Amino acid sequence: MITHPFSYQAPSTIEEAIATLGRSRDGKVLAGGHSLLPLMKLGLAQPDTLVDIRKIASLRDIRAEADGTIVVGTLATHRSIAEDRTIGAKLAALAEAAAAVGDPQVRSRGTIGGSLAHADPAADEPAPTLAFDAIIRAIGSKGKRDIPAREFFKAPFETALAPGEIAAEIRFPAQPGRTGSAYLKFRHPASRFAVVGVAAVVTAKADGTIERAAIGVTGAAEAPFRATAAERAITGTKGDAKAIAAAAAKAAEGMTTLSDLAASSEYRRHLVSVYAKRALERATQRARG
Amino acid sequence: MTTATTTTYIGTRLQRKEDPRLITGSGLFTDDVTLPGMVYVSLVRSPHAHARIRRIDTSAATKEPGVVAVLTGKDLEATGVLPVFISVPKQSTSKHMPIATDKVRYAGDAVAAVVAETRDAAKRAADAVTVDYEPLPVVVDATKALEPGAPIVNEELGTNLVFTYPVKGGDIDKAFGDAEVKVSLHLVNQRLIANAMEPRSAAAKFEAGELTLWSTTQIPHFVQLIASLNLGLSQNKVRVIAPEVGGGFGSKLQVYAEELLVGHLAKTLGRPVKWTEERREGYLATVHGRDLVGDIEVAAKRDGTILGVRIRTVANMGAYLQAFAPVSATILHAFIIPGPYIIPAFDIEIRGAYTNTTPVDAYRGAGRPEAIYAMERAIDRLADEIGMDPAEVRRKNFIPPDAFPFNTITGITYDSGNYAPALDRALAMADYKGFEKRRAESKGRGNYRGIGISSYVEICGLAPSKANSALGVGWGGYESARIRVHPTGAVQVFTGTSPHGQGHETSWSQIAADALGISPNDIEVRHGDTFESPGMGVGTFGSRSLPVGGIAVHKAAEKIREKVIQIGAHLLEASPDDVVIEGGKVFVKGVPEKAKNFGDVSMAAYVANNLPAGMEPGLEATVYYDPPNFTFPFGTHVAEVEIDGETGAVELVRYSACDDCGRQINPMIVEGQLHGGIAQGIGQALYEGAVYDDNGQLLSGSMMEYHVPTAEDVPAFKLDHTVTLTKTNPLGVKGVGEAGTIGSTPAVVNAVIDALSPLGIKHLDMPLTPEKIWRATLKSKGEGKR
Repeated sequence: MITHPFSYQAPSTIEEAIATLGRSRDGKVLAGGHSLLPLMKLGLAQPDTLVDIRKIASLRDIRAEADGTIVVGTLATHRSIAEDRTIGAKLAALAEAAAAVGDPQVRSRGTIGGSLAHADPAADEPAPTLAFDAIIRAIGSKGKRDIPAREFFKAPFETALAPGEIAAEIRFPAQPGRTGSAYLKFRHPASRFAVVGVAAVVTAKADGTIERAAIGVTGAAEAPFRATAAERAITGTKGDAKAIAAAAAKAAEGMTTLSDLAASSEYRRHLVSVYAKRALERATQRARG
Repeated sequence: MTTATTTTYIGTRLQRKEDPRLITGSGLFTDDVTLPGMVYVSLVRSPHAHARIRRIDTSAATKEPGVVAVLTGKDLEATGVLPVFISVPKQSTSKHMPIATDKVRYAGDAVAAVVAETRDAAKRAADAVTVDYEPLPVVVDATKALEPGAPIVNEELGTNLVFTYPVKGGDIDKAFGDAEVKVSLHLVNQRLIANAMEPRSAAAKFEAGELTLWSTTQIPHFVQLIASLNLGLSQNKVRVIAPEVGGGFGSKLQVYAEELLVGHLAKTLGRPVKWTEERREGYLATVHGRDLVGDIEVAAKRDGTILGVRIRTVANMGAYLQAFAPVSATILHAFIIPGPYIIPAFDIEIRGAYTNTTPVDAYRGAGRPEAIYAMERAIDRLADEIGMDPAEVRRKNFIPPDAFPFNTITGITYDSGNYAPALDRALAMADYKGFEKRRAESKGRGNYRGIGISSYVEICGLAPSKANSALGVGWGGYESARIRVHPTGAVQVFTGTSPHGQGHETSWSQIAADALGISPNDIEVRHGDTFESPGMGVGTFGSRSLPVGGIAVHKAAEKIREKVIQIGAHLLEASPDDVVIEGGKVFVKGVPEKAKNFGDVSMAAYVANNLPAGMEPGLEATVYYDPPNFTFPFGTHVAEVEIDGETGAVELVRYSACDDCGRQINPMIVEGQLHGGIAQGIGQALYEGAVYDDNGQLLSGSMMEYHVPTAEDVPAFKLDHTVTLTKTNPLGVKGVGEAGTIGSTPAVVNAVIDALSPLGIKHLDMPLTPEKIWRATLKSKGEGKR
């Protein structure tokens, strides 16, 4: 039950939404409500104003631009992302992450923008967002601002969004040919969040060697991260089982992993390696077609 | 005399009559009870596990908008202590006040109640109550609670020891002296949280001197009895209604403080009152289950013959002793540990302990899952030790079918049993013979595969009143039923049982229909309202409803049948011996064309101008049935798992069970009970477990941390059954509500340990989480290298 009073606004344009947010003392943007409302029920979030952006239809679109950039509107639900054919073909790791969120009810209402802006350290979609080097396009009172995914996630529930800014769209750059990706997750049995989730994006050369690899890891640390040591280790190799295993072993290098009832820090580090290995194997296979 | 009952409807898969109501959302649950002028209660609960209450300041809360009243423990002292219905020898019983007065004893103990015009206002004002606590040392672990110098939870008792409960039989010293092999295990049967789908709720109104109390309870008559005694109302002025109740699993087998509180408030404020638990509140303040830690030792011969079993166990009772709490740890646990086996010598001692944790009471199976888990783990340990097939160790020690009725070493008498066929059929369904091939295939994938067996016997049909008395249960174990046939022939069955998902409306209709010779569709079963049902109903728990309550319905229907035949024979001018009822018609056997309708006969019973000489008018019967013995269902479950060799994650790949609950009234309902029960037992084996930190804070305090399995977590169950009737009751029924939970947990754990046994792993405690398994495999691999 939500016991504190708040004002509810549902503007029909993003400009109006930003203005409303700007006028509020401690306003929060409401999209699918699957992160914010539970916090409000627990009294952990007590915004004075809820700015419901669901009437802004343009934020719901998923579209491809001429240069191959795939633009996912902030209001795109996990389900619409998981079922989108273009995303399935070009950004498999994103489709798989969206399909791995919560349960059908959550996927049908929860949105990618809400998930990224909420920045739960165990959310799924931050992993492929990082691995694909996506850009989060924020809109605020001063206009547009593009934030690279690697600069977006700061800490648990903390992002680079400034107060009053709304993450309007997530822009996934075109991927080169012979690129494959995959997202795999070790799921918390109760919450269904990622204890560890790994998105791997691999580009192979014609001869099969690994030209480039990106690995986004969620669930393991206070914020999702890129496993750069593992990325370096796999690049230039033949991408065989041995090379993948050796690279995956470095996936948690330099990270302070979380520890809770579901998994100790030590076990999480182990899971990061196992899931990095599995995601790299699958992505590599896909890259080679 | 009575004509033999036919089984036209008994044994059929009649669709559940209650389901349309539940599926379409039209059923009335306690929280749906909303009355004009209703006020709402929110409880202030202690954040400390153990603290003295120095001072409670309610002044700010009282000034909050919409607040009607703020109460503390002192205001509730007049309503007396919460009841404990059990008294085992030398039991030291806590004084459990509805709201704590002197100190709080667990995190979640209530310290104040706020009443307001709306739920939100009550909750807001509850946050404004300030309590000055003096924190005290905390004890969470039951074994530590019994050590000298441990913080005392209930100071007036001077000890944390609740009871010491021994059960002995045979010559245990000789058994261990003669043993060729001895095995032992230290077993933790972890604490569970019931998580009924419907949270607890209580609502009350007080009008014209009469209290109506709606409650999510499994035992409305006990709530009525205690509300009457504790609130100072004549019992005829207290009506308790358990409307639709969404699951209980033992957690609603209580008389809770909140029930008395809303009753007290309705009476004193003169306004309707409601309290409904929040899910997180339920994790803290609704009773937990299990929580036993013990050591089991088995003495045996090299050929697998068991000579004796010795057990020492400590049971965590939590901060206060609840209504039936000692039963699960003692009676329903100790007596059934021998299970389906001949155990020549037996020696158990169970000590109960108070700790600064949520109180513990019955949870689906209530002592029997703990018992069978200990025995079935020990059997597998023995099989491993002597290099014998675990199925064969079981078979070797089974009580043979010609030994029934069988007097066990613990002093109870098993009614009937035939254990080997259930084992054989379960093994066949599981393709036990083909398992090693599947194990090898899994190994090829880098995974571990295991198969686990569990053979159980359980005690159902609680309980013969004499046995209750001998065991310290302060109330009889009978059940009641009343059948009212209206003049038109409409039939109502009022039962003392109180279903909360079990489908009694359907099963009781089937039982009554066969006795009355009419269709179950023409019978209405009503329950849960103390102003409708017979004077006392004991309620629904312990797989008792069918073998006790169902038999009461059967006997009441037989009485009606007898009278219908007498009147029918009189109207047909025939001998009662020649008259039958079939398909709603009363006729002389062989002459169905000259029939009286069932409704003609019931009308004649009330018109009453043409009845057999001396017959009392009307058509109504009330029965209190006290069973002569318990019933003892049994079965064998087989689980097969594959464990991810890298992560330790367990996948349950196959599950087969052959259960015997005697005659099945509705096989679909039996299967439903087994499905739910097995899933719940799998939950304990793999996922569930309440976790406290050393300060008594519940870390697994919500559904985000505590995983209750869903359909996604379990494979399709392969079920089979055998039917071994009991002579304890005329229908030959035994009960099945808990069988799945009892059989499944050890089968799954045995499968996991079997999978890991090539690594030299002998035991791991539940829940068998991926990390626990990963650590064990790491350790054994490490040791292997040395």
